[in-house]
Amino acid sequence: MKFAVIVFPGSNCDLDMYHAVKDELGEEAEYVWHDSKDLSSYDGILLPGGFSYGDYLRCGAIAQFSGVMDEVRKAAEAGKPVLGICNGFQILTEAGLLPGVLLRNKNLKFMCRTVGLKVENNNTLFTNEYEQGQEIQIPIAHGEGNYFCDDATYTHLKENNQIVFTYADDFNGSRNNIAGIINERGNVLGMMPHPERAVSDLIGGKDGLALFRSIVKQWREAHVSHA
Amino acid sequence: MKKVKVYVTLRESVLDPQGSAVMGSLHKMGYDEVEDVRIGKYLELVIGDSERDVDALVNELCHRLLANTVIEDYRYEIEEVVSQ
Repeated sequence: MKFAVIVFPGSNCDLDMYHAVKDELGEEAEYVWHDSKDLSSYDGILLPGGFSYGDYLRCGAIAQFSGVMDEVRKAAEAGKPVLGICNGFQILTEAGLLPGVLLRNKNLKFMCRTVGLKVENNNTLFTNEYEQGQEIQIPIAHGEGNYFCDDATYTHLKENNQIVFTYADDFNGSRNNIAGIINERGNVLGMMPHPERAVSDLIGGKDGLALFRSIVKQWREAHVSHA
Repeated sequence: MKKVKVYVTLRESVLDPQGSAVMGSLHKMGYDEVEDVRIGKYLELVIGDSERDVDALVNELCHRLLANTVIEDYRYEIEEVVSQ
C-alpha cells in the first residue's frame, strides 16, 4: 500500500508520518508537495501536523486552497483513506471535508504531552485493530485543539457513530471531549492527537501503530476480494 | 478603487478565552464597569475597479476564506478611495 504524505509550507510532522509508515508499518510512503496536481497513484493520503502557512488567519485556512487539496477531495470522493492529524485535522475542517472547527485551547496554552484516548468506534477502516472502548496512550501537541461544533452537528456525529476518539480527560475544552471524528462515508478521519508519534516502544509507546495497521488491513482485504 | 474594512468576530455562542483573559486583567486593574471583552480581527482590503458587484465580492471572500462562519461573524464597510 502506497501512502502520500502531503507537505505544506510549515508542515513539521511529515517526517514522523513518513517514518511511521515506511519504517514501523513497512509500507510505501512518498512526500508530496502541496502544489501537486495528481494523487491518483496513491492508495492513502496523509495530512501531517504542523503550522501550514504559519497558521495565518486561522489554522488550516490558507492550506485548504493549496493546489493539492482538489486532489485530496477527489481521493476522498473515490473512497480512499484520508487521514488528517493535528494541523491536518484543522485543514480538513476548513476544507469542509469534516464538520466543526478547532478553536484555541480553553486555557490558551500550547499543550504537549501524552494523554489517554478512548476508542469510541472501532468499526472504521482506521480503528479495526483496536478494541471497542479501548484506552490508548497517544501524544498531543497543539494550541488549537478545542473541537467546536453546533448542537445539530454534534447530534448528527453522535447518531452516525462519527466520533471515533475521545479524550479520557477534558484539558482543551473540546466538545464532549472529542479528539477525532470521521466523515459519514467513513474514509476521512481527522484527529488532534499524534498516532504517528506512538509507533515504537523506543519513543515511548506504540499505541498509535494499530491505527496505521487498520488502514492497511482494510485495504488488503478490499483488494483481495476484488482480485 | 475601494477600500473595504472587514471586521471578523467570534459568534456570541462561541467562548472567547482570550477576551475573558483580557477582561480579567482589566478587572484587576480596577475597571469593574467592563462587562465583556471579545477579541476579533480587522482586515483592510483594497479592491480595484471591477465589473463585479463589490458587496457580492466581499461576501464571497468572507465566506470562502476571511471568516469561518461556523464560529465567526463578519461585517464590513466600503470606502471610496480617490486616486491622487
